Amino acid sequence: MKTFKISILLTALLFSGCAYFDTVSLRGTGDLGVVIERATGSVKIVDTTNLISLKQVTGLGDLSHASVVYSRDERYAYVFGRDGGLTKVDILKGEINKRVIQAGNSIGGAISQDGKLVAVSNYTPGGVKVFNAATLELVEEIPAIYGKDGERSKTVGLVDAPGQRFVFSLYDAGEIWLADFSSGKAKITRFKNIGIQPYDGLITPDGRYYIAGLFGEDGLAVLDLWHPEKGVKRILNNYGRGTKKMPVYKMPHLEGWAMTDDYVFLPSVGRNNVLVVNRRNWKKIKTIAVHGQPVFVMARPDGRQVWVNYAYPKNNTVQVIDTEKLKIVKTLKPGKAVLHMEFTPRGEHVWVSARDAEKVTVYDTATFNAITTLPMAKPSGIFFTNRAHRIGL
Amino acid sequence: MAFNFKLILFLLISLFYNSVNAEDESISSMRKSELHNLLLQDCGSCHGMTMKGGLGPALTPDVLKSKSREMITRTISNGRAGTPMPPWNTILTKQEINWIVNTLYKGIKL
Repeated sequence: MKTFKISILLTALLFSGCAYFDTVSLRGTGDLGVVIERATGSVKIVDTTNLISLKQVTGLGDLSHASVVYSRDERYAYVFGRDGGLTKVDILKGEINKRVIQAGNSIGGAISQDGKLVAVSNYTPGGVKVFNAATLELVEEIPAIYGKDGERSKTVGLVDAPGQRFVFSLYDAGEIWLADFSSGKAKITRFKNIGIQPYDGLITPDGRYYIAGLFGEDGLAVLDLWHPEKGVKRILNNYGRGTKKMPVYKMPHLEGWAMTDDYVFLPSVGRNNVLVVNRRNWKKIKTIAVHGQPVFVMARPDGRQVWVNYAYPKNNTVQVIDTEKLKIVKTLKPGKAVLHMEFTPRGEHVWVSARDAEKVTVYDTATFNAITTLPMAKPSGIFFTNRAHRIGL
Repeated sequence: MAFNFKLILFLLISLFYNSVNAEDESISSMRKSELHNLLLQDCGSCHGMTMKGGLGPALTPDVLKSKSREMITRTISNGRAGTPMPPWNTILTKQEINWIVNTLYKGIKL
């Protein structure tokens, strides 16, 4: 009798266990991502295997210039909002895990090499704040103070670098700062007079070179992170807006700089060109005339193609450059206001957001056919979880 | 004399009123909604969707109070040298720029 009762109990336990796994099925997150819906302060969690939107998460504030980094377990997306909001979204549960308003106005962020620190780049008050990635508690504040009167600079181009370091640029001060957290507390190295108005920065995929784009003059500022003692050098001195300063209707993004084995593909500033540069000596090889002022110039993960989108008012178009022929091989019209593109980890698909068309289109990168479209509210940035394991993203 | 002064004032006011109206009427409601979107989304890339600022300065009614309308109109039209602010007079008409300035001073609705 007793044994019978116990077996019933066990059976019941077993079944309730099954029911649990039916409702919350186990899954990985390697094929998930988030799409920013900039006007509604929400993100959509998407599935890149089944090409569907899984859930909308709301309450993330002003996302008019938002970016995302991932925890190294690819479960949490840290969303950096314009209004200083830092939100940790649990993409498995589809809900906000933690949220803090950490500044008045911010521009982006980065996650440390060990995944334990999240840094945010702020305009107001100018500087960088570093948080515990698990709890979002403030670990350290780095005010970007420069000049004699203690002015604070807007900070831009914040990336993580090997050695538990963060690198960023000071827009108003024309400086690059290296913040080394390897001892637990920030050790700051300042590089002054690196150029006028650095507006964005990137780190090469190997984590060696930090490159800042300059808005106020031509050329790029490069810091070799293997040899920071050698200081910041200038490359491509004819790269920029040139002597006849062309108006720029949207600042190009450097994050998407395309690097292939031999070449770097760069957006021209204020001109309808993509520049092809030799990766070893930084000499220009070719200027490719394109549809408009490029914003993102991104290589497919295998480096065989480079996809380009454009600034207002020519922003309904995406073009594909063949990296062997160095020619445009395809022009696509995904809809009004194309803002961002993201490749699936191995590049068979690219997801393209068209803000004013209120949709994301998924293209097959081999055939250029649109496979599906997903309706979204004013979609902008698209971020897949494989970014978790890439230096600088 | 007093009568004439009142008449002139009346004429001036009605003239001003009409010109404001004329400006508004020259922009279709469809175009207005495009401009509204441009202001929120494209200007918003630098000035913030709520116009509280970003790479570019804040443009809320509170901030604009102390700035001259002419200066703001000129900046939107011609851009501002030494900053990333581009000129919009090659893309937008005078009326459209005026509409944007008016909307900024009133405060943009999301």
